Amino acid sequence: MASLAAAPPRIDVAATIKEALMTAFVSAALLVPLVGFRITNRGGDQFLDTRWTEVAIAVALIFIGRVFLVLIRSGSYILPAVGGALVAAAGWQVGVPSEFLTVLAVAGGLVIILRAGITAYTEKRAASGAPAIGDGFADGYRKALPWLASALIVFALVLPFLPFSGRHTIDIAILVLTYIMLGWGLNIVVGLAGLLDLGYVAFYAVGAYSYALLAAAFDFSFWVCLPLAGVFAGFFGIILGFPVLRLRGDYLAIVTLGFGEMIRVILLNWVSFTNGPDGVSGIPRPSFFGLEFKRYPPEGTESFHQFFGLEYSSVHRVIFLYYLILILALITNYFTRRIRTLPVGRAWEAMREDEIACRSLGINPRNTKLSAFAIGAMFGGFAGAFFATRQGFISPESFTFLESAIILAVVVLGGMGSQMGVVLAAVVLIGLPEYIRDLQEYRMLAFGAGMVLIMTWRPRGLLAHRDPTIRLNAGKSS
Amino acid sequence: MSGDAPLLNVEHLTMRFGGLVAIDDLSFTAATRQITAIIGPNGAGKTTVFNCLTGFYKPTVGRLTMMRNGRPWLLEQLEDYRISRDAGVARTFQNIRVFPEMSVLENLIVAQHDKLMKASGYSAIALFGIGGYRAAEREAVELARYWLERVDLLAEADDDAGSLSYGAQRRLEIARAMCTDPALLCLDEPAAGLNPRETGELNKLLAEIRDEHGIGLLLIEHDMSVVMEMSDHVIVLDYGRKISDGTPEQVRNDPAVIRAYLGQEEDAVYGEGA
Repeated sequence: MASLAAAPPRIDVAATIKEALMTAFVSAALLVPLVGFRITNRGGDQFLDTRWTEVAIAVALIFIGRVFLVLIRSGSYILPAVGGALVAAAGWQVGVPSEFLTVLAVAGGLVIILRAGITAYTEKRAASGAPAIGDGFADGYRKALPWLASALIVFALVLPFLPFSGRHTIDIAILVLTYIMLGWGLNIVVGLAGLLDLGYVAFYAVGAYSYALLAAAFDFSFWVCLPLAGVFAGFFGIILGFPVLRLRGDYLAIVTLGFGEMIRVILLNWVSFTNGPDGVSGIPRPSFFGLEFKRYPPEGTESFHQFFGLEYSSVHRVIFLYYLILILALITNYFTRRIRTLPVGRAWEAMREDEIACRSLGINPRNTKLSAFAIGAMFGGFAGAFFATRQGFISPESFTFLESAIILAVVVLGGMGSQMGVVLAAVVLIGLPEYIRDLQEYRMLAFGAGMVLIMTWRPRGLLAHRDPTIRLNAGKSS
Repeated sequence: MSGDAPLLNVEHLTMRFGGLVAIDDLSFTAATRQITAIIGPNGAGKTTVFNCLTGFYKPTVGRLTMMRNGRPWLLEQLEDYRISRDAGVARTFQNIRVFPEMSVLENLIVAQHDKLMKASGYSAIALFGIGGYRAAEREAVELARYWLERVDLLAEADDDAGSLSYGAQRRLEIARAMCTDPALLCLDEPAAGLNPRETGELNKLLAEIRDEHGIGLLLIEHDMSVVMEMSDHVIVLDYGRKISDGTPEQVRNDPAVIRAYLGQEEDAVYGEGA
C-alpha cells in the first residue's frame, strides 16, 4: 500500500483526453438546446437568439474540469487544485459574456479544489493505515452520546434565559423542536418499523384539526384535547394501515402519499365542517394549570403574570410554549427508547429487517404494522395539537406534501432510527434556513445542496448507528 | 402421545401454479424424535412442500395435520404466523434470513416474541415498568444463552447478525428457530455452503436436538453425507411426485431413485425388459 502511494502518479494521456472528450460531447448535446437557443421579446415580437459563445466556453470548461477529475483519480492533486483555483479566479474576474458562465467557472473550480483536497486527505490516511474517518467518528460518537444528550437537554432547558435568546430565537427553537418531535414520531414508523410513510403530515393535520374543532365545538381546554388529538390521529393511522398491510417499499410510499393528500383535500373541501380554505381561527391558547397568558384576564380569574407577581410580558407565553413542546418532544424520545427494548419495538425492527422471517417466528405482521402506524400517528397528532394552539389559526395550507417531505428528510438525513440524528438534521434543515432567511432565494438552494452533500458523504444519514437493545456480555463491549 | 404417533401427517398434498404441477398428490408422515429427510433432484418441489407446511403457500388440495399439545392443527387453514406460534412448526430458510442489523442475541429474543408479549401485557403494561416483564426477559436471555452455547456463538452474542460468517448465520438460524419452542423443526438445506468440518458439527447438533429435545425434524438436503448419516426416514421426490419412502438403506437401493438421480441407461431398460 505504502509503495503504491509513494510511486509517482502514472497518467494515461490518451485515455484522459478520450474520457474528457466524451464528457464534453455529452454536455454539448445537452447545452446546445438548453443554453444555445433563447427566445427573447423585443417590442412585442419574439426572436430566437443563439448563444454559441456561451456554449463553447461552457463545453471547454467542462472538458478542463473532467481532465482535472481524472488527474485527481489517478493520484495527482496539486495541478488540479491550482488549475481549479485559476479557473474559479478567472470566472470571478474576467468579464465573461453571462452570469451563467461565472457561476459555472467559480462553482466548478471550487468543487475541483474540494475534491482534490478530500481525496488527498483520505488517501493519505488510508496509506498510513489509519482507520477510515467514519469509523473513528462512529466510535467516539457512541462513547460521547450520553454526555452529549445530557448537555443538549440542559442547554434546551436554559435556552430561553440565555442572554442572546430573544423572542426570535425562541420562536425558531419552538419550530425546530416541533420538527424534532415530528421526526421522532415518524422515526417510529420509518426508522424502526421500516414502513416508508410519505403522508405523515396527514396525522399532524388530524391532530391540529381535532384540537381546533373540539375546542370550538365543546369548549374543551388544550389539556383535554391533547390526548384526544393523539387518539384521533392514532385511529387514522390504523385506517391508513389496513389497506397498506400487504404493500412494501415504493408501493407503500405511494399509497401513504395519496392518503396524505386525501386528508388535505377533505379538509379543503368539507367547508361545513372544517371551514375549508379559510381555515379555523381563534383557537384557544393553552393555559398554565388554569392560569392564562393574558394581560387582562376575564372577571374572576387570575392570569399567569398576576399569580406569580410578574410584570406582564408577551414573551411569557412563548417561553411556556417552548417548554411545552420541549416536554412533548422529550416524552416522544423517552417512549421510543423504551419501546425499543420491549417486544413490540423489537418486532418492529425485525419486521423492518425481514418480514418473512418474522412470520416464521410467529409474529403477527398485521398487529405489528398497525401498532407502528398507530403509535407514530399518535405522536404526529400530539404535535399537530401543539401546532394549532401555538398558531391560533390553521388551514389546509399548512399540511401540504412539502411538510411530509421535510419531516421525512429530517429522519433520513439524520440517520434512520437515530434519535440524535433527528435533532442534528432538524437543526441543520429547519433552524439554519430560518436564521439565514436574509439570503432569501438562496435558502432553498442551500437546503437542496445540503441534502445532496449529506447523501453523498454519509448515505446512511448523519448519525447512522444502531446500538443493540440488550447485551449478553454487558460492559465487555468490543 | 406415544413416540410413534405421527407428529405431522401430510395427505394428498397438491400444489399447482397455473398449469405447473409443483407437487402432485404427496402423502407422508413425520414422527417426533425422528429426522425425516426430503430429497430429490433440483426442481423436484422440496421447498414448495416446506412453503405449504409453513403457510407461505396455500395448497391447492390436501390436508396437513400437525399434532401439538394433544390436539390436531390443520396447517392448511392457519395463517402463516400461527403455524409457528400455535402449531409449533419452526423453519429455517434456504437463503438465510437472519435479521442482519440486529444483534445475535436480539435475533433470539425476537424469536420468543409471543411469550414476551404476554409477559409484558402486550408491551403496554411493561411500558410503565410494572409487571413481570423483567423476569420474563431474563428467562428469555437465559434460553438464548443456552442456544448460543449449543451453536457456539456465545462470544458473538452482541455482534450484528449480518457480520457473522455464512456458516455461523446458518447456525444462528437454527438457534433462532429452536427459541420458538417448536414441536417440528423444518430445515431447508442446512448444510448448503458449509465445509466438511462444519457439516460434521451440524450433524452432531441435529442429532442432539432430536435426542435431547424430543422434537421432530424435517430436512431438505442435497448433501447425501448428511442425509444418509442422519435420517431415520427418507422421502424422495421427483417432479413433485413421491418415488420412494423408507429408511436410508432402502432408499439407497431403490432403482427408481437411482434412475431419477443418474438417469436411465437405454441398454438397462431393454436389458431389464428382456
